[in-house]
Amino acid sequence: MSRLDARFRIDYPGFRFDVACSVPLDGTIAVFGASGSGKTTLLKCLAGLTRASSGFLQFDRTVWQDDARGIFLPVDRRRVGVVFQEARLFPHFTVTQNLTYGMKRNPPSRRGIAFDHVIELLDLEPLFRRRVSHLSGGEQQRVAIGRALLTSPQLLLMDEPLASLDQQRKKEIVPFIQKLNRELSIPVLYVSHALNEILQLANHMVLIKEGRVAATGPIQEVFARLDLPGLVESNMVGAILETRIAEHEPEFGLTRVEFLGRSLFLPRQALPPGAPLRVQILSRDVSLVAGAPPERSSVLNALEATIVEVSESPSDQYAVEVKLDVGCPLLAMITRKSLQQLRLRPGQKVHASFKAVALS
Amino acid sequence: MNVMDWGPLWLTLQLAGVTVVVLLVVGTPLAWWLAFTRSRFRTLVEAIVALPIVLPPTVLGFYLLVALGPHGLIGGPWKDLTGSALSFTFTGLVIASTFYSLPFVVQPLHGAFEAVGKKPLEAAWSLGASKLDAFLTVASPMAIRGYLSAVVLGFAHTLGEFGVVLMVGGNIPGVTKVLSIAIYDHVEVLEYTQAHILSAVLLIVSFLILSIVYTVNRRLPIHVS
Repeated sequence: MSRLDARFRIDYPGFRFDVACSVPLDGTIAVFGASGSGKTTLLKCLAGLTRASSGFLQFDRTVWQDDARGIFLPVDRRRVGVVFQEARLFPHFTVTQNLTYGMKRNPPSRRGIAFDHVIELLDLEPLFRRRVSHLSGGEQQRVAIGRALLTSPQLLLMDEPLASLDQQRKKEIVPFIQKLNRELSIPVLYVSHALNEILQLANHMVLIKEGRVAATGPIQEVFARLDLPGLVESNMVGAILETRIAEHEPEFGLTRVEFLGRSLFLPRQALPPGAPLRVQILSRDVSLVAGAPPERSSVLNALEATIVEVSESPSDQYAVEVKLDVGCPLLAMITRKSLQQLRLRPGQKVHASFKAVALS
Repeated sequence: MNVMDWGPLWLTLQLAGVTVVVLLVVGTPLAWWLAFTRSRFRTLVEAIVALPIVLPPTVLGFYLLVALGPHGLIGGPWKDLTGSALSFTFTGLVIASTFYSLPFVVQPLHGAFEAVGKKPLEAAWSLGASKLDAFLTVASPMAIRGYLSAVVLGFAHTLGEFGVVLMVGGNIPGVTKVLSIAIYDHVEVLEYTQAHILSAVLLIVSFLILSIVYTVNRRLPIHVS
């Protein structure tokens, strides 16, 4: 698996940006952090739009920047596509001219992505005749994504591409971004401070805090870490399960999905059987049963689990967080009283029952 | 009554035309630098560029006369290089007008480049455009209104030049005798008819140019990111 290795340092007045990370060039890599934590700076360093005072950047086997050896590949020579927060379309060009601006500057031998494929993927054809200034925010962002893709980049950088859009437009764009990975197999680095976007899109993540990398790894592992203080919001996430639609049960309004050979039930989904579905479980929605599972219960979703670790809850002094293993990490938030009554300890086998929510 | 002499009008149009071309060549990089630099000398350079707006033309003209003279800062090297002097020549007038009208070209361009901003340029670079390519295909077309204002203001301001020309160029027919000086001469010898005609021409030409520009400018799309 090829990787992206980066190390950048910039000293701003009152703020030091000092980031080092190594991520696999596969799927969507989320760069997550609060506003002002340095996410966009990292993206600009990767693109070559900002030059770190001291930096090293290696993409697969190509060095893009190495200040120790005086190497710095300028932005127009790096094969990256950048999608900014605002679409930044060229207002004096038509939609088509915008789309082909980068493509025309890329020699034909390097055009790995077909024009028609991108147009179809992002449903851009209806926009061809429209004027840039008459496009909605979501449409503009789709053109911007298409424009970047048509340069056939080796890496697509997206800087909060949904942040300036309203909820409705966000819903419009997310499926397009999900399709990028599946259909074009271009690694995407996705900067965002919106947790739900990352949960939907990313499979690897880099967590940035105050100009430094606080955590990095596969998304399931990062969210199941108990030692990430200050991420109260993320501690609500108990697990992210990669499931597949098994069948619909319309008479109950439910959909059965399969996760590691076991069945889970969710409110009815619109996807066809066989489609992949990412499911989220909130840690406060998980309850634990010690010993044998009750034979008859109203609970639909229960998985056998092994307790890995118990620790304080950062958000509630009367609660504790229990890290479990159900084939992937799962966090449960339970009361101190329950902890005492069940006498939970690492290694113990329990049953975890929960409510599952689809991420889409 | 003497026959009407149209020489000064053509000379003035030539001077204004050449000056605007020189100013666009010099002013574009200067305005670009002012718009995007973070150098601490920026305000200093801005102030120097704006000086001709506030200085009396005679003061500017006096310094230019000294600088363009055979031993001056510009005139000296010029003489070594070409063997001829700069003062009281058309070339000398072009150089003087360039300084005199500099703010009227640099300021609209500076404003226009600032309005375009760095964002569309970053987008263009990330799409594989070189700096020059991005300037030509993105920044310039987006700054088109600024260019139009710069050309018109630079041209019109040079048309009406008097004090500086008088100091630097003198009053040599066919070489440095521009319209404003010809009008002054006519008035001095009480040839009011000729003064009226030349003044009216300058008034009408200036008015027409400005009207055309404001009309065109209104119809141009605004490109602000």
